[in-house]
Amino acid sequence: MKSLSFCFKIHQPFRLKRYRFFDIGNDHYYYDDFADDEIISRVAASSYIPMAKVLLEMIEKSNKKFKFAVMISGTAIEQFQLYVPEVIDLFKQLADTGCMEILSGTYSHSLASLENVEEFVRDVKLHDETIYRVFGLKPKTFANTELIYDDDIALIIKSMGFESAITEGAKHILGWKSPNYLYSASSVPSLKLLFTNSKLSRDITRNFNNPHWHEYPLTADKYMSWIAALPKEEQVVNLCMSLDTFGTFLPESCGIFEFMKALPHFAKEMNVEFATPSEISKKLKPVGEMVVMHPISGVDEARDVSAWMGNELQKEALRKLYDLSERVNLCHDRRLKQDWEYLQSSDHFYYMSTKNLDDGASHAAFSPYDSPYSAFTNYMNVLADFTVRVDGQFPQEIGNEELNSLLLTIKNQASEIEELNKKMASLRTNILNADDTVYSKVEAEPKETAPAAKTVAPAPKKSASKKAASATKKAAPSARKPAPAKKAPKK
Amino acid sequence: MKALMFGWEFPPHILGGLGTASYGLTKGMHANGDMDITFVIPKPWGDEEKGFAQIIGACNTPVAWRDVSWDYVESRIGKYMDPRIYFELRDHIYADFNYMRLNDLGCIEFSGRYPDNLIEEINNYSIVAGVIARTVPCDVIHSHDWLTYPAGIHAKNITGKPLVIHVHATDFDRSRGNVNPTVFAIEKDGMENADHIITVSNLTRKTVIEKYGINPAKVTTVHNAVIPLDKELLEIPRSQRKEKVITFLGRITMQKGPEYFVEAAVKVLQKTKNVRFVMAGNGDMMDKMIRLVAKRNIADRFHFTGFLKGKQVYEMLAESDVYVMPSVSEPFGISPLEAMEMGVPSIISKQSGCAEILSNVIKVDYWDIDAMADAMHSIVTNKALFETLRDEGIKEIHEITWEKAGKKVIDIYKNVI
Repeated sequence: MKSLSFCFKIHQPFRLKRYRFFDIGNDHYYYDDFADDEIISRVAASSYIPMAKVLLEMIEKSNKKFKFAVMISGTAIEQFQLYVPEVIDLFKQLADTGCMEILSGTYSHSLASLENVEEFVRDVKLHDETIYRVFGLKPKTFANTELIYDDDIALIIKSMGFESAITEGAKHILGWKSPNYLYSASSVPSLKLLFTNSKLSRDITRNFNNPHWHEYPLTADKYMSWIAALPKEEQVVNLCMSLDTFGTFLPESCGIFEFMKALPHFAKEMNVEFATPSEISKKLKPVGEMVVMHPISGVDEARDVSAWMGNELQKEALRKLYDLSERVNLCHDRRLKQDWEYLQSSDHFYYMSTKNLDDGASHAAFSPYDSPYSAFTNYMNVLADFTVRVDGQFPQEIGNEELNSLLLTIKNQASEIEELNKKMASLRTNILNADDTVYSKVEAEPKETAPAAKTVAPAPKKSASKKAASATKKAAPSARKPAPAKKAPKK
Repeated sequence: MKALMFGWEFPPHILGGLGTASYGLTKGMHANGDMDITFVIPKPWGDEEKGFAQIIGACNTPVAWRDVSWDYVESRIGKYMDPRIYFELRDHIYADFNYMRLNDLGCIEFSGRYPDNLIEEINNYSIVAGVIARTVPCDVIHSHDWLTYPAGIHAKNITGKPLVIHVHATDFDRSRGNVNPTVFAIEKDGMENADHIITVSNLTRKTVIEKYGINPAKVTTVHNAVIPLDKELLEIPRSQRKEKVITFLGRITMQKGPEYFVEAAVKVLQKTKNVRFVMAGNGDMMDKMIRLVAKRNIADRFHFTGFLKGKQVYEMLAESDVYVMPSVSEPFGISPLEAMEMGVPSIISKQSGCAEILSNVIKVDYWDIDAMADAMHSIVTNKALFETLRDEGIKEIHEITWEKAGKKVIDIYKNVI
């Protein structure tokens, strides 16, 4: 029995407002709330909401035979919460049916996987925590920003504990191989790889509404028969598409929702089942290893990362951004951290592309700027202000390493004080022979003193720093725990 | 195909962009092959480039019979044109113009510039055109800019051949709305009598359609191109400087928007001190600009060079890091293309015609001094942006050739014949 796996991606970035260089240092609010509100409300009304309802209906009518996966970025979730919370409710309903898998990914739809490993790991963790908090699901399969993938990224994905990942079935990687099998990564063979079938995906997203296409019009019957007619050995078809394509680029009037609704019926008739990526990677055995030396993605004709790193402007902006990462991670300012997330969204770099022809047209279609140069100018102005703020927290004169060791001593001393307090408490309890009332009083004490100790920051103690170094390393992940539910950005 | 072109300027003796554009277009059309072009100008100087077009000077065309010998003609105008043409032209004199002030060869004198009696000179040019049209066989007549429209119409009436007029600018661009009724009448007459109108940008096309009431079907845009600069100019060395230079280059007149450049400079200088501004050129608003700069208290960082000519222009560009053209209304605007070819990133106003074809420049509204200041600041502070604009700009300019523009004009000819 063949498996068909739908994977929908949902992402919205926080768009930047027009930010002039004389705002640098004066204005620390970077976002165009009006545009974000307008766009997400419009897309939700025409696409996310009707499509979510269609998916619900498909699940109900097919008796939970219909299954699919979504990848949803953290910034999109935030915007839904801010502007159209009903979308979240619908997706919660979908999650409750058990037929929807949510894939892991990056919180801000960032390019960190190509630039900065620590940042990437942090971003993914933040994303998965958010998904768990909002939907109560723990993502099992990984799908990177726009399916960016190569052998190095495979190592990181595996080290984060994922068993499978989904990526683009780029022609130059697959060659004569078919995307309709399960593969494994060449760098870590235990990581299973699903490749999307770009032809069949595009037949829906691009050709469904294209009267010049020789197969036009596409019916559910015809589409399923293509899948059923694939060679017997080809057991799986992965489709990946943007959810907002349904209802916007393919308007309701072209019948796309009816097409979707009819799919489960014909799937049953032609003996094709629906499955989620995790189910597929559990069920099937990889047929071979796939070598991906250079990063691939699902964007632009070249299917590589040139959409975001194709020219000098993009490279410069990315370099300047990730130069800050270490320092930002030392900061504790919540607004700074929030801006740091938003500024990483790949969209900002996508707008800076100077490609021509078809690719250029699609870059321009999504861009709020009139040219890649103004996109760059605006972004760099914002980044300059952001840098000023980071420097405000930690002056640039202090090297990262020095800063790190200073912060470490502060932290060590805090934990040392805590330890001593505990010791003191236990000694006291010994003295008072475990008197209950006294015990509780003493325990409350260290909690109060710990934050105070941080600000005092006495001179570093050599003996203490060594001992505590290992302790803080263990504590580091929890210390870096991202800020919970961000509040609506204020003007 | 034979084309008879009427123009007013021809390099190297040019006063504005018209001569450069006429020259480039003629050369580009010639490069397409199978074009036989006769180019009429009021007064040749003898050092014009020949080979791709036959140049006839209106001031060397007889309008009244004079009994002169071959040798005499040869000695008088031999360096401008072949005496044979003089005698051919003399055979086609169509009326007695002896009442006019003529020289020893029976020719009318022309200044070849923009004198005070310009209207009279335009009329005389049209009289001469009558003789030329009767002499030189042609399939199509092409008039460059309003000065030569009457000549074109005259030639059309005589030969019955189609007339194409080339609008390099309209009086609306030159006067910012306060049109001269005489000029307007000449322009409108030319447009109405033309079989087809070529405009240098969609902006100009819109003016022609809306302000002159011309049928859109007969107006086509053919964007100007750029003649590759000489190697000598491209290799002018840059001096080593720590400070960046932002340049305005052109006539300092209302049309070019110099005041917006000054105001943007003020904004940039509030934030960074590592920049100097240069306003090169001359014009009726220069004194006002000097006063404005003094009033804004930026005179220590803002410099005026006065009028630059020839190679000086390119030396100035070679020293620049940013070129700015904040024109309020610019039919095309060839100078940013030259700046880009010199490797200087450009900021241009959206109200200029060349903005329609350039993509590796920064475009701003001429009145949006915030955006203009922002663009200036980004280019001088951001090396990656500077380098991308420079390299992509050079690449882009090399794609804009007169040969392609010439091809479009030839296609228009084929349609009207």
